[in-house]
Amino acid sequence: MTVSKTIITAVRALRRNVTRSALTVLGIVIGIAAVIAMMEIGKGSSGSIAKTIASMGANNLLIFPGTAATGGVSFGGGSSLTLTAEDCDAILRECPAVGSAAPLVRARPQLIYQDKNWVPTFVYGSTPAYLTVRDWTQMADGDIFTDADVRNASRVCVVGQTLVRELFGGENPVGKEIRVKNVAFTVVGVLTPKGANAFGMDQDDILLAPWTTIKYRVSGNSGSSTSTSTSTTSTSTGNSADSTYPGAPSVFPAQSSTQAADAPMPVRFANVDQVIMSARSGSQIQPAIREVTSLLRERHRLRPGEPDDFSIRDMTESANALASTTNMMTNLLLAVALISLVVGGVGIMNIMLVSVTERTREIGLRMAVGARSRDILRQFLAEATLLCLVGGLLGLALGRGAALMVQKFLKWPVESSIEAIVASIVVSAFVGIVFGFYPAWKASRLDPIEALRYE
Amino acid sequence: MSEALVKLRDIRRTFNVGEISVHVLRGISLEIERGAYVALTGSSGSGKTTLMNLLGCLDRPTSGEYWLDGVEVSKLSSDARALIRNKKIGFVFQNFNLLPRTTALEQVIMPLSYTNVGLSEREAKQRAAELLKMVGLGERMDHRPSQLSGGQQQRVAIARALINRPPVLFADEPTGNLDSRTTAEILEMFDRLNRQEGITIILVTHDPNVAGHARRNIRLRDGMIESDTTREGPAPTGEGDIPRRVA
Repeated sequence: MTVSKTIITAVRALRRNVTRSALTVLGIVIGIAAVIAMMEIGKGSSGSIAKTIASMGANNLLIFPGTAATGGVSFGGGSSLTLTAEDCDAILRECPAVGSAAPLVRARPQLIYQDKNWVPTFVYGSTPAYLTVRDWTQMADGDIFTDADVRNASRVCVVGQTLVRELFGGENPVGKEIRVKNVAFTVVGVLTPKGANAFGMDQDDILLAPWTTIKYRVSGNSGSSTSTSTSTTSTSTGNSADSTYPGAPSVFPAQSSTQAADAPMPVRFANVDQVIMSARSGSQIQPAIREVTSLLRERHRLRPGEPDDFSIRDMTESANALASTTNMMTNLLLAVALISLVVGGVGIMNIMLVSVTERTREIGLRMAVGARSRDILRQFLAEATLLCLVGGLLGLALGRGAALMVQKFLKWPVESSIEAIVASIVVSAFVGIVFGFYPAWKASRLDPIEALRYE
Repeated sequence: MSEALVKLRDIRRTFNVGEISVHVLRGISLEIERGAYVALTGSSGSGKTTLMNLLGCLDRPTSGEYWLDGVEVSKLSSDARALIRNKKIGFVFQNFNLLPRTTALEQVIMPLSYTNVGLSEREAKQRAAELLKMVGLGERMDHRPSQLSGGQQQRVAIARALINRPPVLFADEPTGNLDSRTTAEILEMFDRLNRQEGITIILVTHDPNVAGHARRNIRLRDGMIESDTTREGPAPTGEGDIPRRVA
């Protein structure tokens, strides 16, 4: 008996009792629909939970410069001056696991506005990418400074909500001028409130400015470089931001070696205190660490065996929370899926057993006219599998519909997943075969003489 | 071919019911020629249905040899016997055994799905339609069993039994569920099939009237042949309406 004939026979047999076939299918339809809807809604929810946790910085990685040491005297973590803004650009360019990265320069100056003064917890010099890394791009007012501001070391800044309250008494600070260590800054934007971080520090107590401005205009040198530096690898002459315009004609005539020797350009350290970056997703954290490590070792010309002159820290605690949440969601969904499919499968088995008993005479007749036991087995298996497949397809449509309804009316995040669709079809066929096998086997073992005489 | 179509040699069939062995057939030997028209009769419990099941390859004898169309079938596996049933044997039952909610045409085509010969859907339909016309149901091909009378249902069953052009047709009490007028119609059809198509017909009955249509009457009693009488009658011509199988 060919496959197509088997299928045609199965379809005819199922059509003979449409109501029962439909009711049998219903079990699988509901099972698969539940699986698909749960998968899509669950995936959407776990996606949004992951996003929420990620916005707390779970995907963030921090690069600190390593320890500088002279003659056995260590200057402590972060004392080496090897980490530069160029490193940060290179990371973005060459590490695919890194979503965004921003250099960070810290300072702790006093701010003055009219008759008020305040020393914020965080005065950060960075690039606009900092807000992307921190998932903080929504502005309460105004706008973030631009990359051009970073190149020009413009005296602009954005401020957090606490500063608005403490310095400006709640009035809109955009366009106002504040003094940072006697340097006048124009406020161009106000950040949205973010609240305290995991350690209770007020994250809204922040002033964010281009890192070049903070480094060259405010701190003169950044905090860590107040300690004696032993490294000169990251020094450059003139404004290091010149390198952003490669190939531009030089404004000044080229110096001869004599001129250079007579009038040396002041050496300015272009190092940064940290690089903050975010991995593309929770699972990309480890690849990102590997990529960045090898890139920085190469850029810093470290020989094999030489220790890293930087260290990378991840938010292991929150990253673990992220991973365990995602895992739990997946397992929960899997359990629900399995239960509903088993229930549907038992329904199929039940109906197929009834069907075998009811059709005993038909089976006897088919055997009498030449069906072998494997033909009978195949026919009943085909019927069960067909029921399950049809149920699976209908359930797929119903489940997707339900998920879309939930998204539309309950505003729940929903994410369709190809794997769930493929899996549900495969699983429904599998359920049909597994739960259809026993009835089919029973049918094929019937004795034709007794089956024909069965009343 | 001079060899008999059916040849039984000392066929025995014993059923074990718990500890007790029931000897239903106790040494049956007989030969049935091609084109014969045989009635198996006997009181109930005489073993005629068991013999019929053995002849129809639905069952295997406990001992003895059974040659059907030159093949020793008593030792064949169940799959091989299924093939023989499909190709060489047609069955007609007392209770018709039609598939519920299935059209007459599909009923007749059904055995073809277990045949290996590649017959296209169209050829199969055509052949089934010819057979239904032959049994006088050309107008009722799309009818379901519930829309057919008992006699018509039995005629569908006869058409189904003939779809693979078997040399032998087994009928187990074919008229047991029919009234006398329909019985006459069905018996007439058997007569015609035997006379015109040369199909060997073996029927089991306890109705002397039905048995009277057959030319040979084998009477069983307690699992043994009690009598075997042959009556002279018109022999089959072998020129019928059913196209013979090519090859």
